[in-house]
Amino acid sequence: MTATLVNIISVLLIGLIIYWFWIAKPATRHSVGGSVDILVDNGVYEPARIEVNVGQPITLRFTRKDHSPCAEKVVFADFGLTIDLPVDQTIDIKLQPENAGEYPFTCQMQMYRGMLVVK
Amino acid sequence: MQYRLSISGMSCAGCVGAVETALQSVPGVTSASVNFAEHTAGVEGNVSVTALINAVSQAGYAAAELKGEESEAEKEAVELAYYRALLHKTVVAAVVGVPLFIGGMSGLFPALDQPWGQLVWLIASVATVGVLGYSGGHFFTGAWKSFRNHNANMDTLIALGTGTAWLFSTVITIYPALVPPSARHVYFEAAVIIIALINFGSALEMRARGKTSEAIKRLIGLQPRTARVVRNGVELDIPIGDVGLAETLRVRPGERIPVDGVIIDGHSNIDESMLTGEPVPVGKKTGDQVSAGTINGTGSFLFQSKRIGKDTVLAQIIEMVRQAQSSKPAIGRIVDKVAAVFVPSVLIVVVITFMVWFNFGPEPKISFTLVTTMTVLIIACPCALGLATPISIMVGVGKAAEFGVLIRNGDALQQAGRLTAIVLDKTGTITQGKPAVTGIYPVNGITKDELLACAAGLETSSEHPLAAAIVSAAQVKGLTLPAVTGFQAVAGHGVQGTINGQPVLLGNARLLTKYRIAVGSLQDQARQLATRAETAMYLAIGGKLQGIIAVADPVKPDSKAAIARLHKLGLKVIMLTGDNISTAKAVAHQVGVDVVLAEVLPQEKHQKVTELQEAKEIVGMVGDGINDAPALARADVGFAIGSGTDVAIESADITLMRGSLHGVADAIAVSRATVRNIKQNLFGAFIYNSLGIPVAAGVLYPFIGILLNPMIAGAAMAMSSVTVVSNANRLRLFKTRRDA
Repeated sequence: MTATLVNIISVLLIGLIIYWFWIAKPATRHSVGGSVDILVDNGVYEPARIEVNVGQPITLRFTRKDHSPCAEKVVFADFGLTIDLPVDQTIDIKLQPENAGEYPFTCQMQMYRGMLVVK
Repeated sequence: MQYRLSISGMSCAGCVGAVETALQSVPGVTSASVNFAEHTAGVEGNVSVTALINAVSQAGYAAAELKGEESEAEKEAVELAYYRALLHKTVVAAVVGVPLFIGGMSGLFPALDQPWGQLVWLIASVATVGVLGYSGGHFFTGAWKSFRNHNANMDTLIALGTGTAWLFSTVITIYPALVPPSARHVYFEAAVIIIALINFGSALEMRARGKTSEAIKRLIGLQPRTARVVRNGVELDIPIGDVGLAETLRVRPGERIPVDGVIIDGHSNIDESMLTGEPVPVGKKTGDQVSAGTINGTGSFLFQSKRIGKDTVLAQIIEMVRQAQSSKPAIGRIVDKVAAVFVPSVLIVVVITFMVWFNFGPEPKISFTLVTTMTVLIIACPCALGLATPISIMVGVGKAAEFGVLIRNGDALQQAGRLTAIVLDKTGTITQGKPAVTGIYPVNGITKDELLACAAGLETSSEHPLAAAIVSAAQVKGLTLPAVTGFQAVAGHGVQGTINGQPVLLGNARLLTKYRIAVGSLQDQARQLATRAETAMYLAIGGKLQGIIAVADPVKPDSKAAIARLHKLGLKVIMLTGDNISTAKAVAHQVGVDVVLAEVLPQEKHQKVTELQEAKEIVGMVGDGINDAPALARADVGFAIGSGTDVAIESADITLMRGSLHGVADAIAVSRATVRNIKQNLFGAFIYNSLGIPVAAGVLYPFIGILLNPMIAGAAMAMSSVTVVSNANRLRLFKTRRDA
């Protein structure tokens, strides 16, 4: 009885991992023009998902609080951008995406992950 | 936003008002003030720098943005503080973990079901949670925040692994009866020792990482902090950021040159090796360019600033190296895809491991299940995988910069290593690009100097590159040039004019034949010259042949050795030139290229590159970066070759600061070494994870009874990223085989 229950919970857990990390999307900050402040701390970008409209210029203002060297660069691979983020400073990144799509931004090791969604 | 601009062209205090008005009229500017003494302006407002610079230039002045000093020292201080914090956390965790480990193993501490056992381990539980909070708190907050963002990373794995160990141990300390007696074992020591090991690993990794950016730090260190300007006849030492455009600066013997400019008084030998890799100091005199960061020899001189701040060659090199170091080649982008799904996949493996041991494992099941899941969580290391590419690129690109080879990005680096054919432009690439007189052969009684003076007099009015060679040869000898009347250029033939009432002709054999002047007596001489890639120019005065002046574009002294190195690297070497086939062949023979493509018009160069590519060659093209731009762009890798610091850095995939073809071989050798290093790193990281995870999950247990201790897994995980970084650091020792 206990064994069955443990097995059912385990299978559900696998399903949950797949759902939570690959299917569900994090909370989205929708930007209508202007800028979005992104905090880099404790291994994450907050917010990690930003929506903009096609052709709309946006300023992403990264403030790094995390001292870990992992956080020292943010990479927008699709835009060919790699930007240094000094600790306790705000760095503005101006973008004007012309095509709809999802553009990830990450640290160099892909552990910090964010998504710029262009609709 | 606040900006500081350097303003040039202000001749009087009255200009201050004009510049201020121009700046204030830019929409968005809230205040603007000009400092006439410093030739700078401070502007506040929400505007773009370009708008400000445009406004100033419309008002008839010039402006450039002044940037603050690099905050590299500040960054280092922050890193050092973080490094120390990591070490401190390591020590705290070890101080609690090691006694727990020894006490538990040696039987110094009672077991759970012995008297006082529960109390002792309850105290251990409290101590452990304190250590987890202090030394490992960042893993737990990171894991939680990532989880909320639907993300999982290294923190997730460490927090889950150590968290589970602590929670299980605490629960069975309080309720030992929940598990069979054989499973009543606690894992407090494992949790804290793992935290200690991983913090220690991160600290070592930081140290090693610091070394990977040494090349850029060295470049930044070249920038002097102060400059000695001459204002109103007074020499003042001022911060480098306050130097404006068109200022006069004094450089004393042994000093570093603060900004880019042109010498206006004095001469010296300047060591440019830090920028170009060229070890021999370069002689410079009035009118020559000097570059920021280079070192003055024994002379003292005055120069005028032409480029300051981020416009100097040094600043551009730093920016390019920095950008290239952060870029990733195609090989790295594939890995990123794996890294992106790595941690959630490991979590699934963990649950499967749990189920297998829970259902099929031997007794005490709960202990086996816990140890294996914990070990899988701890051993999996996404960092090694993620670090493998960028860390090698960082070192490789920095190393190349030391040889005066600037690589634009990771793709150029990867491609350079794969080249199969290299196309070399002749003029300025294989040869010096500066024709010079190599011989004077008079006949019929005229002296060498008379012949040269006469030819130079005629050529003074000509714009042909060969003309410049003759004129400068005459100037070097201090000859007085005769006056010429009726100068005329005969396209494709030469020039003619009248000196002292006599008609004078200077040009190729066809020119003289046209005027029915026999060249027979000198034809053998001319043929011999052609075999040495020297061009014969005949001179006739008053209808009579007077001699030949031989002009050649000498081959660079090291072209032959560099081409031999390219051959050794397995490349096919092709020479491309607009020159006639006999000159081209003579040069080709001297330096040993495989294929000669002569009489190619400039616009056909990129066509030739395309043809090679269609023949399945991966083609590198080396040219001066200006005339060859289309061919450089067409090639798989375009190399712009400069002489000294006077090179267009923006123009190609790879820029060779030193005008030597050795740079091409250096670039290819560094690229191959870097790509090899990346592959080693990736192989290591993949093998580590693909062997480590199954072993941690216990696949060896049914066969040879081996299970991995979670603490060993912690040590392995900590060392895996240190190994990757250290392997990349080996690239710093890379040497080119220039003498080979």
